[in-house]
Amino acid sequence: MQTVIIAGPPSAGKTSAILHVARLMQGEGLRPAAIKFDTRGSADPERYARIGMPALGGLSGYLCPDHYFISNLEEAVHWGRAQRAEALFVETAGLCLRCAPHVEGVPAVTVVDCLGGLDAPVKMGPMLSLADVVLLTKGDLVSQAEREVLAHRIMEENPGAEILPMNGLTGTGALALLRCLRGMSVNPGLADARLRHDMPAAICSYCTGERRIGRRFQSGNVEKLCWTEA
Amino acid sequence: MNTLDILGGKNRGGSPEPVERVRVRSGESLAVVGPTGSGKSELLADIAQLAQGDTPSKRHVLLDGRPPLIGASGLVGTLSQRTNFVMDADVGSFIRMHAAVLGKDGSGCVERVLALANELCGEPVDAVDRLQGLSGGQARSLMIADIALISDAPVVLIDEVENAGIDKHRALEALTGRGKIVLTATHDPVLMLMNDRRVVMRGGGMQALIERDGEERVRLEDLAACDAELLTARDTLRGGGRLRREARA
Repeated sequence: MQTVIIAGPPSAGKTSAILHVARLMQGEGLRPAAIKFDTRGSADPERYARIGMPALGGLSGYLCPDHYFISNLEEAVHWGRAQRAEALFVETAGLCLRCAPHVEGVPAVTVVDCLGGLDAPVKMGPMLSLADVVLLTKGDLVSQAEREVLAHRIMEENPGAEILPMNGLTGTGALALLRCLRGMSVNPGLADARLRHDMPAAICSYCTGERRIGRRFQSGNVEKLCWTEA
Repeated sequence: MNTLDILGGKNRGGSPEPVERVRVRSGESLAVVGPTGSGKSELLADIAQLAQGDTPSKRHVLLDGRPPLIGASGLVGTLSQRTNFVMDADVGSFIRMHAAVLGKDGSGCVERVLALANELCGEPVDAVDRLQGLSGGQARSLMIADIALISDAPVVLIDEVENAGIDKHRALEALTGRGKIVLTATHDPVLMLMNDRRVVMRGGGMQALIERDGEERVRLEDLAACDAELLTARDTLRGGGRLRREARA
């Protein structure tokens, strides 16, 4: 089974991209499965189930969604194998851009929305710079020039990435992604695998449910701007 | 790149496409025609994805007679009715930015792109205009001029960009004149006939490949005159004028 991790900002088109690739795989008689890690609620597992994919959703609730995702990844892969799937798409909520859910040896796809602006690549950090494949969605809505500038800026942040256009409505581009995934590793397991980038640290009073504001309610890992100089 | 070949696959019913091979050379254009739902957009999608018998149509796309390398990108540029400018900048900075990322001289590009855009559209575009303030016709003209003069993509796919108030003939000429291979899916008879050849789509398949003949060349002149008359009438009415019978040539 090939595990593929998909990251990207909310509503960039991660689920649509996976659905189109999964349909192509199903057309070849393969059995793709998907797990969506989300924060509060998600209709995505139902979207996967609707095309007959084994699908599962996990909600991180009050936990950091990235910590929740990585803490469950090994079990997710076991689940995928139990479904007798040839491909497992692990879709992450991808929220704070501080870290990346990508794992060494596991194909890493990051979805970038062409409507997100030309400065987005610089802001996205390791989620973009550590991806193997960058999918550019909603390109049909922007000019050829802006697509080319965006692709160039992505290349500057991540020179090794394969940059592929993807139309989430029509599925144009899904084929290129599938061809690309075929050429990538089918990892045997996650036993010794490592994250490509560390996760954000916290462990402060707000991690444990504190809601009051002010110095006297803050403890643990608390960092302050240099206010005396400001 | 000198040639693009489309090798026929199957239509939606599973029968082989009547057109087995279409070759378009650098500097040539091909119209893609047929009723809504006949498969025009799928044909363009096959080219955009450089299909290798792995799309529903089972077509193969060859560049210079060979299958393209896996992961080949930047070969196909697109322009459709839905294409917009989304960045907030003036026209001059936008052109310079595009030229710069492709390693071209920005200042010379601005002049040349604007000159071409202004040939295509009656409403002049200026370097200091905001992209977001451009009319539909100005924006399309600028996009076409930019693809023609700056973009490196050797293949250009145009999907139903019509009635935008631009000079279609000059637009097509501007692209093919720079050695691009241009495929245009269209419902506009004038635009269809401006291409030397047209591929007719039916039921998802390439049904026929038709070369424009001498009689159609004459009809093109008539239709283009009708088209021009409609545009003039539009401008007159938009400008608060009245249409008069004697205005008809």
